[in-house]
Amino acid sequence: MKHLKTLALGTAVALGVSLGGVTPQVAQAEDANYVPLLTYRTGPFAGSGIHIANGMADYLHMLNERDGGIGGVKLAIEECETGYNAQKGVECYEATKGKNALVYNPYSTGITLQLIPKASVDKIPVLSMGYGLSAAADGNTFPWVFNVPDTYWDGASVVIKYIGQQEGGLENLKGKKIGYIFLDAGYGREPIPLLEQLAEKHGFELLKYAVPGKEMQNQSSQWLNVRRDRPDYMIMWGWGAMNPTAIKEAVKIRYPMDKFIGVWWSAGEDDAAAGGAQAKGYKALNFSGVGMDFPALQDIKKLVVDAGKSPTDVESMGGTLYNRGVLNSVIIAEGIRAAQEKTGKKVITGEDMRIGLESLNLDEARLAEIGLAGFAHPMKVTCEDHSGSHPVFIQEWDGEKFVKVTDWIEPMTDTVRPLLEAAAKEYAEKNAPWPERTEPCAN
Amino acid sequence: MLYDIFVDPFVQMYQMPDFFLQVLWEGFVAGILYALIALGFVLIFKASGVFNFAQGIMVVFAGLTLVGLHENGVPAFVALGLTIVVMGVLAYGIERVVMRPLVNQPDIILLMATIGLTYFLIGFGEFIFGGEPKRMIAEELWLPTGSTAFEFGERGLVILQHIDIAAAVIAIIMVAALGIFFNKTRIGRALRAVADDHQAALSVGISLNQIWAIVWFAAGLVALATGIMWGARSDVSFALEIVAFKALPVLILGGFTSIPGAIIGGLIIGFGEKIGELYWGGLVGGGIESWLAYIIALIFLLFRPQGLFGEKIIERV
Repeated sequence: MKHLKTLALGTAVALGVSLGGVTPQVAQAEDANYVPLLTYRTGPFAGSGIHIANGMADYLHMLNERDGGIGGVKLAIEECETGYNAQKGVECYEATKGKNALVYNPYSTGITLQLIPKASVDKIPVLSMGYGLSAAADGNTFPWVFNVPDTYWDGASVVIKYIGQQEGGLENLKGKKIGYIFLDAGYGREPIPLLEQLAEKHGFELLKYAVPGKEMQNQSSQWLNVRRDRPDYMIMWGWGAMNPTAIKEAVKIRYPMDKFIGVWWSAGEDDAAAGGAQAKGYKALNFSGVGMDFPALQDIKKLVVDAGKSPTDVESMGGTLYNRGVLNSVIIAEGIRAAQEKTGKKVITGEDMRIGLESLNLDEARLAEIGLAGFAHPMKVTCEDHSGSHPVFIQEWDGEKFVKVTDWIEPMTDTVRPLLEAAAKEYAEKNAPWPERTEPCAN
Repeated sequence: MLYDIFVDPFVQMYQMPDFFLQVLWEGFVAGILYALIALGFVLIFKASGVFNFAQGIMVVFAGLTLVGLHENGVPAFVALGLTIVVMGVLAYGIERVVMRPLVNQPDIILLMATIGLTYFLIGFGEFIFGGEPKRMIAEELWLPTGSTAFEFGERGLVILQHIDIAAAVIAIIMVAALGIFFNKTRIGRALRAVADDHQAALSVGISLNQIWAIVWFAAGLVALATGIMWGARSDVSFALEIVAFKALPVLILGGFTSIPGAIIGGLIIGFGEKIGELYWGGLVGGGIESWLAYIIALIFLLFRPQGLFGEKIIERV
């Protein structure tokens, strides 16, 4: 019965989405701050997308229920279903931007790449939290794009750094083989330039295994190649149905799971559980807390989920991807709050939101204040650096849950930052005339 | 370059025979699974002369129904029985609502109807089961899990997944059963008559409606078997619907009307794409299997335009 109730609620949300309607909790109003959420609860990537969508929506709804919104102004939250499809994503953007949208969270690198050129024209910032175009971290070239707390290049550098630690130093990577299995889309291809640079610098061989979107559940050839090549470590940039299939295939060829490391989007509990008991030891990056032991999450449970105002299955709360969605909305909320403080306005615009995001300073004290102490590493955005290259940690699947197995690991900022700036410059040249930054720094 | 194309792959096969055996096994399993999907297409095509675009989503729908019922507390084998009933009801519904009004309409109209059916089933499936992938209840259905490894030499290793062996056995049983059904039963012969000419079949008293309902039900059962087998290898999710179109080159190769063609075609494509990808794919950066299957099918078509086992139909004006 509970399952049916969940389905019914999910359907209600989905119907609201498909009809371009507003979710029932908050009516859109002129005196509200309007936050569109580009989500996907259907299609091949729904397995990952549903948790993210629930986490994002639930936190914002909780703020409405508990605090009456932000700064005394309610949030008007509207989901639009993209199906992880760039064309649909752009349609969602075009359909909602006129409602005084504050910020867009595309949840797809493909959609993000489409929205980046539009952001400065429509004056609505794009928040691609831990995904999207890595070079967008350069705030001077991309004043309207934010990819806090980390770029994919930061993540890739952390994996290589971790592998170096396991091997007794980066110098010992010389002659090693590191495999990279990735979704053959903008997302999966994004870290390749950095991995190639690091391979050249540290002398390891990078072996690439592309998984086309249509073959996500048919990866036996890729993993047979892995078996033949015998890479010393495997890195995965997977999403949706690709993740559980890859973990199952790795188990099948008996790849040592403790040497298999996924990016933070390959870190879902369902993904690892698909591999059964033999998936034990699988590792993934993470930058958000796991579990329910946070007051803010308890508030979500009490005021939103238990109150029947969300399609979220209570069992999925506290999972890696659900909590990642929560963190995304924490950044949105803190951006709105900062914008209200900076501008003195209660109902803000996209331009105000850009200022707010550029002033984001989520320190330990603030995290504790909002009921999320220890939920994430403190993060700060500056006008020059829209990512911040914050530390991430590695979690390991113990057969039932993910357990944090490292301390926070700093990305190789010295290597990554110059490459990011060069890539930003290259992007601007390729897309000439790329607008010069005219927005003043509010910090 | 010539060495890489004509010599090196065979040297690799000789030097790593265990790996070659593993590639052959994976090709065999892939071929069997493609053949299972292709069988569903063949059944509908034989009865109505239409390419059933909805076969992929029927695989997903059948798998999700089975798992969804079990998740709601229905014992596995009861869920299996109920799923068969659901596929029967679906077949009856399709016949009544989609096919019956379109008797004697051009094939393209029927194809469009199956495309519409696909999107209806996607939406309906998501409405009922949600969009999340689900774990196939292989163990609960007493399907074997785990694997057996054959080790030889210092590093020689061939791993056979038990579920893959089961898939092969089930596929062989289904093919045999369908072969008997089509060739030895009255309904099977009537079905072939319907495929040849709707009006002629009607004129000799064959119930088109009954035949269509039966054949859609049979395609539903094939879809269920495919959903269980493929779902056990990965998960049951809507991404499986796309995988189903891997059967297209199998159909081109084997012919749209031949059950043995679906099997042989599936095996040729399965072996071909795995061997091609593993031994020649690296020459062009890998990732060739998604289009190699079509190249193989097209090469065969050069010599047999009707497919390996397809019927050669000459229409005289």
